Amino acid sequence: MNEVTAAANKYLSIDNLWKAFGDFLALKDISLDINEGEFVCFLGPSGCGKTTLLRAIAGLDLQTKGSVMQGGADVSNLPPSERDFGIVFQSYALFPNLTIEKNIAFGLENTGRGKSEIVVRVAELLDLVGLPDQGSKYPAQLSGGQQQRIALARAIATNPGLLLLDEPLSALDAKVRVHLRHEIKELQRKLGVTTVMVTHDQEEALSMADRIVVMNHGVIEQVGSPTDIYREPATLFVADFIGEMNQIPAQAGGSGKVKIGDAEMKSKPHEFAPGAPIVAAIRPEDVIPHGDGARSPGAPDVITTAENAFEVTVEEMEFLGSFWRCRLKSDRFGDAALIADFSINAVRRLELGEGKQMTIELPDERLMAFPRAEG
Amino acid sequence: MSDATLNTLPEGPNIKGKLSRDDIIMRAGMGVIALYLVVTMVFPLYAMLSKSFSTYQFDLATYELQVSDEEGNFSGEILNPLNLNATLGIYGDDDMITGSDGRLPLTKLFPDFSFRSTVKYKIRNKVEGGRFLVGSTLHTELDWLELDSNTFRRAQIRPVKATGFGNFINYFSTPALFNSIKNSLFIAVISTIVTVSLAFWFAYALNRSCMRFKGFFRLVAMAPILVPSLLPGIALVYLFGNQGMIKELLFGASIYGPIGIVIGSVFFTFPHAFLIISTALAISDARLYEAAVSLRASPWRTFWTVTIPGARYGLISAAFVVFNLVITDFGLPKVIGGQFNVLAVDIYKQVIGQQNFEMGAVVSVVLVIPAILAFGIDRMVQSKQVALLSARSVPYQPTPSAKMDGIFLAYCTGVALFVLGMLAVCQFAALIKFWPYDLNLSLNNYQFDKMDGGGWASYFNSIKLGLITAVVGTSIVFFGAYLVEKSNGFRIGRALFQMFAMLPMAIPGMVLGLAYIFFFNNPANPLNAVYGTMAILVICTVTHFYTVSHLTAVTALKQMDREFESVSASLKQPTLKLFGRVTVPVCLPSILDISIYLFVNAMTTVSAVVFLYSPKTTLASIAVLNMDDAGDVAPAAAMGMMIFYTNAAARIIHLIASRGILKRTQAWRTQ
Repeated sequence: MNEVTAAANKYLSIDNLWKAFGDFLALKDISLDINEGEFVCFLGPSGCGKTTLLRAIAGLDLQTKGSVMQGGADVSNLPPSERDFGIVFQSYALFPNLTIEKNIAFGLENTGRGKSEIVVRVAELLDLVGLPDQGSKYPAQLSGGQQQRIALARAIATNPGLLLLDEPLSALDAKVRVHLRHEIKELQRKLGVTTVMVTHDQEEALSMADRIVVMNHGVIEQVGSPTDIYREPATLFVADFIGEMNQIPAQAGGSGKVKIGDAEMKSKPHEFAPGAPIVAAIRPEDVIPHGDGARSPGAPDVITTAENAFEVTVEEMEFLGSFWRCRLKSDRFGDAALIADFSINAVRRLELGEGKQMTIELPDERLMAFPRAEG
Repeated sequence: MSDATLNTLPEGPNIKGKLSRDDIIMRAGMGVIALYLVVTMVFPLYAMLSKSFSTYQFDLATYELQVSDEEGNFSGEILNPLNLNATLGIYGDDDMITGSDGRLPLTKLFPDFSFRSTVKYKIRNKVEGGRFLVGSTLHTELDWLELDSNTFRRAQIRPVKATGFGNFINYFSTPALFNSIKNSLFIAVISTIVTVSLAFWFAYALNRSCMRFKGFFRLVAMAPILVPSLLPGIALVYLFGNQGMIKELLFGASIYGPIGIVIGSVFFTFPHAFLIISTALAISDARLYEAAVSLRASPWRTFWTVTIPGARYGLISAAFVVFNLVITDFGLPKVIGGQFNVLAVDIYKQVIGQQNFEMGAVVSVVLVIPAILAFGIDRMVQSKQVALLSARSVPYQPTPSAKMDGIFLAYCTGVALFVLGMLAVCQFAALIKFWPYDLNLSLNNYQFDKMDGGGWASYFNSIKLGLITAVVGTSIVFFGAYLVEKSNGFRIGRALFQMFAMLPMAIPGMVLGLAYIFFFNNPANPLNAVYGTMAILVICTVTHFYTVSHLTAVTALKQMDREFESVSASLKQPTLKLFGRVTVPVCLPSILDISIYLFVNAMTTVSAVVFLYSPKTTLASIAVLNMDDAGDVAPAAAMGMMIFYTNAAARIIHLIASRGILKRTQAWRTQ
């Protein structure tokens, strides 16, 4: 998302928001802008404050301090009924004694729409979520995924400016979840409705969001696109929470260097003073295997940065379906092991096996440095 | 981001939410119902409490008298009644203590007084606030009032009101009164031990054995709930009374007293104990028993290490509920207690028998203390019970065992015979012409109009009370529970409301009824008009049975998705629409349960309404009491059985109606 255009059509704007439950601060000085039509995910472990922030945006649990602007108007202290949003909860909260049609029509009544208009709109929404023939059933007669879609249809029935999704997929089985992920995203794109989704599932956030807001302990750790968040984590927390990350205690070397054990390696540029305690971090899939035939046939196997390449012993291998996860041991790391993910092809060509010696390289642009608390 | 600045909220005012229209409506609604509870419970109880601390005493020193000679000339010598009494010794200190209606004639202070004499008397209040009556005219002025002898005969001084522990001191220095505390505790403890033991094995048989006829036994166990607590008393009179059918079984002991009260209490508290213990046993986890078997524990050891600990909260809770029911019950000891005084009956005797309202209030306060303690402990225990059952628990499935099933069947048959026997005796008594002299069957005892107690009108009054209570009470209770459960913010108000809703359970019926006299029968109270009407009976009954109804409603509401209200608000729909369209239909089974509970209790209650009925609003349960009191025991039994049949019919109608309504409104459940 381009920063310049983003500022131009900002739809939701949260400013210095705090939320206290007694002495406990659930949200600490949160500021965040969300653009019109954008799909934003609040991602974080349970208790990080993501749901609290969503409920503050909805007005369901008012923030203690700070403001919320929506569509240019200050809604900071308005009750939910005077804000403009549709919401889907983890439990779906479908009214059990009303048919699907009546559930969807619930918000359309008393809005000046005629009876026939409502019927048409309900049919349209049922079509939209792909359940055209289910209107006269009761919620309990539908599967979890279907109920989820009905809840979504009910939430968007009145064309709200903002769609809030509170862990909408976490009550579903894995297969349905993946399928619905795609569908919700598709629907959101079609409607162009600004959407905020709360989730603790990183895969969900990475696959659906335009932008991810990673939260921890009531503060925002990082805001960015899924690739940014994954490739360039701003903090060790983000690096660790999203995807796998090797964390090696190290010292900062000279500029653009880290010192693991005695060896200095090139890394992504950092601003630590030489000798400062750091954590050197690299994702398992970024570890490059070297050796005869490590690359696909024809491509030359070249070590780019000599000082970042070294010998390791494969200590343990675990087959995870589409790749092998390997525990690598090296004198450089002492007791610590390095986790690397190698493709099935690479493993076959290099004839890797437990106990085998091999050369690996930690590419400098993927080797990151984070502050380390000394202790 | 520096951590230091993130650990404290910034200065400045907090965001104050704007209230939506729904918030305002819901808070107003909660306010109205809270006000209802305050007016119908808190104020009356306060009136009673202040009454118990009100002492009335004659203060002779505050009056002055003069006596003329035979010609009517006053010498001017001023006499002080206090000194007169001191010299003559007419009234002792005890005579100075009185009630709010106390009057003390002055003529006794003049030994040669004669109303025909021509001697005249002068009297005046020495200080402001002094009061004396001449005839029915109250004098508070300080001026001298001249009266001839005939009029002076009608001069009486009125007591001074003070606040203090006088009534309590009086109470505890009267052994006839405070012995009742011991008696009440004694019968409550014995009845509790017997009932809980009997109910435990009965519930155990129904939950943990494979014996036959479980449905029948469950039905029988619940039957006593349908009759007033004094009905077993009547049955016991017929069985073991002076002309009892099988009184020899008591070997000369008298049924009138603790024995009768305990047997009767076991009868009417049995269903309550059975229900609680049965619930506790029903939720046990089969996995614990599998573990016990795999560890080779003996059945005996399993019973003590798995069964009893699993049911302990239920047992404790049942014990306190039974204790509370027995210690606060009035009808049974009234009928079968004989000379054995208990607290609840003392209140009645003080108020109705002796018109000593202050002492009635004192006994009430004394009775409230154990009742509140028992109630408090029960609540604590019940709040722990909830955590016992996890979603993963596997229900226990009993395995057949010919020997154990046989023993349990015999045991349950025994208990069932006890329950059904008591009812059968009452029905038998009602149909016999004149026990034990004329054993022909007749319906004479059903000619209630020929007896004390209000006749058939009281029966229909009871039905009316039951129906109105069911409708009005259910509406108030359910709406109140909804407001307190589902409204936002307003935490203090909601906590206060919850407290008000729990309080009625701790207040014995006798105490509530008496408190109503103090509060509603006060001419200064604008609500005085409801006194003596059906309305006050409805109000009293709804309040008396508020807590259990409220808890039923809250339990049902807690099972509703918390987010329904959020969704409705996000869809800009009024909360009341959600309430009508979703909440009420989904909770309908519980709403019907509350209404039948209120109906049955309105039919059987005696204690709360015994002070409040008027000649126009006599009730069937009160008629049982009064007919028994007047010696018409057989008609009392007949009326008691009418209540039983009515309640049984109401339950059957309730069952059929529920099924019908549920079929239509709860179609979503079955599919």
